[in-house]
Amino acid sequence: MTIANIDAAWIDAALTAARPQAVAALLRYFRDLDTAEEAFQDACLRALKAWPKNGPPRDPTAWLILVGRNAALDGVRKSSRSAPLPAEELISDLEDAEAALVDRLDGEHYRDDVLRLLFICCHPDLPATQQVAVALRIVSGLSVKQIARAFLVGESAMEQRITRAKAKIGAADVPFGAPGLEEREQRLTTVAAMVYLVFNEGYSAGGKELLTRGSLCGEAIRLARLLLRLFPGEPEVMGLTALLLLQHARAPARFDADGAVVLLEDQDRGLWNSRMIAEGLALIDKAVRHRRPGPYLVQAAIAAEHDRAERAEDTNWARIDLLYGDLEQLAPSPVVTLNRAVAVSKVAGPEAALEMIEPLAPKLSGYFHFFGLRGGLLFQLGRRDEAKVAFDQAIALANTAAEAAHIRLHLDRLLRASTG
Amino acid sequence: MLYAILCYNSEDVVGDWSPAEDAAVMARLGTVEAGLAAVHRLGAVARLLPTTAAVTLRKARDHLVIDGPFAETKEQLLGFYVVDCGDLDAAIAVAHDLAVANPDRGAYEIRPLAVYRPGGLGEARPRRAVSTRG
Repeated sequence: MTIANIDAAWIDAALTAARPQAVAALLRYFRDLDTAEEAFQDACLRALKAWPKNGPPRDPTAWLILVGRNAALDGVRKSSRSAPLPAEELISDLEDAEAALVDRLDGEHYRDDVLRLLFICCHPDLPATQQVAVALRIVSGLSVKQIARAFLVGESAMEQRITRAKAKIGAADVPFGAPGLEEREQRLTTVAAMVYLVFNEGYSAGGKELLTRGSLCGEAIRLARLLLRLFPGEPEVMGLTALLLLQHARAPARFDADGAVVLLEDQDRGLWNSRMIAEGLALIDKAVRHRRPGPYLVQAAIAAEHDRAERAEDTNWARIDLLYGDLEQLAPSPVVTLNRAVAVSKVAGPEAALEMIEPLAPKLSGYFHFFGLRGGLLFQLGRRDEAKVAFDQAIALANTAAEAAHIRLHLDRLLRASTG
Repeated sequence: MLYAILCYNSEDVVGDWSPAEDAAVMARLGTVEAGLAAVHRLGAVARLLPTTAAVTLRKARDHLVIDGPFAETKEQLLGFYVVDCGDLDAAIAVAHDLAVANPDRGAYEIRPLAVYRPGGLGEARPRRAVSTRG
């Protein structure tokens, strides 16, 4: 590897890392999303020229904000035929100006800027997938092409979708002033949910999609860490980040070489990312100290129980059952109860679990996992005909080829058992 | 003389390394480490988890524990301990004991380790003669 190679990779990573803060600050300055994005783009182009020559600045984010702001102002000035552009060499010599700017960046403004940038992506009129797409474009800086591939749609269709979504966002009237305490809390909750959506878009991918969509998990973790750095004392942000890390740690073991789902109990735990698990556990430890557990923290604690078990049979299902009980209190939903039933089946047997999920049928009649679990429980109870019906329903509702393939495995096993 | 060599880099950039890149860097560093270890000149090696995993105990403020790394620029890094603790609370208890023993100013940042190798230093070597000529 040559020095130039390292530099290009370093600059690329630094620009990506700086993007949310820089675009957020430029947005506050220009009060216009397109101008802010263009200004950032401009600053990146200048960085690519200036940094390899002069070395990277002390604070890349501050550099990009300052240069982006100047570049955009020059654009305005040029169109109103006044002062000429400053020479490129002058722009890269910013040490003094940087120091002053960094001081200002450290303030509350800065974190509210980033929160606001994330929050406007969560426009209530936008469907969840569009919120995710627009956040990936604006905040994470993924190209339209990358996002289109992640959502398995054509590039021009995605371009249109993002343009429409941005128009809606631009028209929304989210005040630029610092939010009140309660407002900030609400924004943080909304934004955390969106970050989780980004993660799930990546997590639900399987097989061949994994190559293009799996990266969304990494983007979500990046966003969660950003939130955590801006709001270091928020236990739910710790919980969210821990949850994403503890789930993503298993990514290398979740699919086999053919892209088929490998169940948690069958995964090669040696492939799990131990550093991500350590980080997730450390964040849970921190969050627990605040003694106000929220839904993300409890879900992270459940993921941690799985990650802690060296072998599948070491899993502490009784503890997982308890944690799901907590989650049912904090964020009741039929899906939570369905998940709890898995733990109940391990602790109290399939009959108790089946009893628990039967009342969920009307609410989960369109949910793949409901029929998958129902089929599994019926099969364990020896009610094979009913199990087959449930598995067939699950296949019809599968979201990915990998999900369907997984249920077919169950069906095969069932057929072998009934003929053998 | 024993020296501590402290590693600084952008957390964002390093955190962005792919597992393959990370492994490649670690392998290159490992070669350097192995050379030192072979002649018993390598002590403990540690890699820290990200700053977001840290909490900081402030001595001056009744041992208040705040989330996040130590971020002041007025104080300098003067030393460190590596302690084995069952959980974060146990580590905070150790920091509390240290703060009682050395009260007044400063802070203890408590940051979990991602990697730890104890290493093995040989006998301390005789101090070399001081020379004022380059």
